[in-house]
Amino acid sequence: MAVSAEESRDAVQDAGGGVTGEVKMATRGLDVFYGENQALHGVDIDILESKVTALIGPSGCGKSTFLRCLNRMNDIIETCRVEGEVTFDGADIYDRAIDPVQLRARVGMVFQKPNPFPKSIYENVAYGPKIHGLANSTSELDEIVEVSLKRAGLFDEVVDRMAEPGTSLSGGQQQRLCIARAIAVSPEVILMDEPCSALDPIATARVEELIDELRARYTIVIVTHNMQQAARVSQFTAFFHLGEIIEYGKTEKIFTDPAEQKTQDYITGRFG
Amino acid sequence: MTERPTDAPLWQRSSGQLARLKSRHRAERRFKAYGIAALVTAAGFLFLLLGGIAYKAHPAFLQTSIELSVYFDPAVIDPEGTHEPEVLRRADYGALISRSLAELFPEVTERKEKRALQKLVSPSARHELRALLLDDPGLIGRTERISFPAASDLDMLIKGQIARDVPETERRLSDRQIAWIDALDEQGAIDLGFNHRFFTNADSRYPETAGIWGAVVGSFFTLLMTLVLAFPIGVASAIYLEEFAPKNRWTDFIEVNVNNLAAVPSIIFGLLGLAIFLQVFELPRSAPIVGGLTLMLMTLPTIIITTRAALGAVPPSIREAAYGIGASPMQVVTQHVLPLALPGILTGTIIGMARALGETAPLLMIGMVAFIMEIPEGPFDPATVLPVQVFLWADRPERGFLEKTSAAIIVLLVFLIAMNAIAIYLRKRFEKKW
Repeated sequence: MAVSAEESRDAVQDAGGGVTGEVKMATRGLDVFYGENQALHGVDIDILESKVTALIGPSGCGKSTFLRCLNRMNDIIETCRVEGEVTFDGADIYDRAIDPVQLRARVGMVFQKPNPFPKSIYENVAYGPKIHGLANSTSELDEIVEVSLKRAGLFDEVVDRMAEPGTSLSGGQQQRLCIARAIAVSPEVILMDEPCSALDPIATARVEELIDELRARYTIVIVTHNMQQAARVSQFTAFFHLGEIIEYGKTEKIFTDPAEQKTQDYITGRFG
Repeated sequence: MTERPTDAPLWQRSSGQLARLKSRHRAERRFKAYGIAALVTAAGFLFLLLGGIAYKAHPAFLQTSIELSVYFDPAVIDPEGTHEPEVLRRADYGALISRSLAELFPEVTERKEKRALQKLVSPSARHELRALLLDDPGLIGRTERISFPAASDLDMLIKGQIARDVPETERRLSDRQIAWIDALDEQGAIDLGFNHRFFTNADSRYPETAGIWGAVVGSFFTLLMTLVLAFPIGVASAIYLEEFAPKNRWTDFIEVNVNNLAAVPSIIFGLLGLAIFLQVFELPRSAPIVGGLTLMLMTLPTIIITTRAALGAVPPSIREAAYGIGASPMQVVTQHVLPLALPGILTGTIIGMARALGETAPLLMIGMVAFIMEIPEGPFDPATVLPVQVFLWADRPERGFLEKTSAAIIVLLVFLIAMNAIAIYLRKRFEKKW
């Protein structure tokens, strides 16, 4: 490990972007390969605690790949190879001693397409706490489910239909169910991979509101194609292009006064 | 409909376009007609096949019996009155039946004629009589009306399979015998009833007492062995190959070979079973255990291929969801992927088993083609299976076995249809929508 825990915590990148605060996760020189193709080129970023960080950029620029490095979801893809360093609270998550199963309980994930399990609403939320042994009794589990559903803003809508399959909900409800499922294991970071791309504007607004509320407890990294969404929900924004971070900084700065011409071109819709 | 502002309405085309349009519609109608013709032809052949079998088979479900008054003569059965089972077993029951027949037809005295008369009753009648007495020794000294299976020739005559109007020399029954049969019929001693023996007996030398039950039980034990061995091995291999195995040259090699094995002629598996299970492991010949092992070899590739297909059809989003929440690979497979793949796995397994049920060739190689009169009691007893029973009976020259062959085919088809119905039911039952 090149950077010790202490150094990493203090490592504050201020390349004109004004990214300052407690560092929750960080990457240094992150390269990702799919077979022969290199998808990410030396990505350095600090993700700050209790903030929403948005990742924007044209399709195929490596945003999702980067996101999936943060909880080692790329491990599932056989041809994928990760080099460089990713730290969580200063500890290298690609270290041999780190169990990806434990890591994913602390770094939760919400996917592009709502993907509830084909089980009941209750089971969907209770599954995570069950496999991680977070509840000692049924009543404790019930409480975790209730709290998670409340934080996801879904509890009132599903309170009398907990036994119904999660797949019977509408798209927006399903996505909030997936958020509740991620929250239920008490993660510290939640990764969201275009969570609203399959939702209608009203459901999108609900989820965006929710993201803003969740910021108080969780560090959130969100990939989005929707620039307005990035501007609305995030405090920090990173612009990816061709597997590299072009610019990273405070959201208002990126959107109003970007330092790089490419960023300017992208956010004004000249390419991408 | 509103008028279009232009002169030419939307549907008005040039004559060339119209002609093309017409020919396109004609081509479509022709194509439909071909499809329907093909379907009708296929359905017609199926109907002819099943109808033919059913028509030939239906007499097998009926059997002529002769009712005789039998005097359980203590002097014949147990002259010393010991009631020892050994003595009862050895007694001459044929003599009791001969005597009953002689009482009905006292005018028959000549030795040759007597034998012709006795030939009307199935040779197996004495075994049935013995079984009856061993069950209830209290019958000794009494006279009972007992129904015996009629000999196959008599049965054929009653069912109309032997014509009365052909010359005596070309007929299996003599004029005298027919006269006796008519006399018995007039007394009401002859009855054409449901053939329960067909469903309770094993194979026999005599068509009138040959039954399918031995083969059904043999098939059951064989398939049970196949299922118990092939299902866990096949599903476990498929799960490993699909979910855990690294993709490298070895797994590619295994995959290619599994696919090739599915196309290997089944008799090759029979040779393999003969060489390995019988000659190396020296398992008993003709036993369902060996049949099951051999059919397992044949069924495994089918189960592996269908299970892999079913696992592969589970949407990756479910796997991602489970991994994303921190499930271990094992939990992802057992708690999420397997339940969703289960309908496909079960369907594939049952279809593989149905194929195994209908398989004959490999079982001929391992000696399951033997003539077995006992109903097997376990997988180590000699047995035969349904398709082999069909094969054996089809080979018999006696007229009575012709209908038995068709009836056995019907029983086999009933089991196959039942298994496929179960497969469909299970698929519907476990299918989950998402």
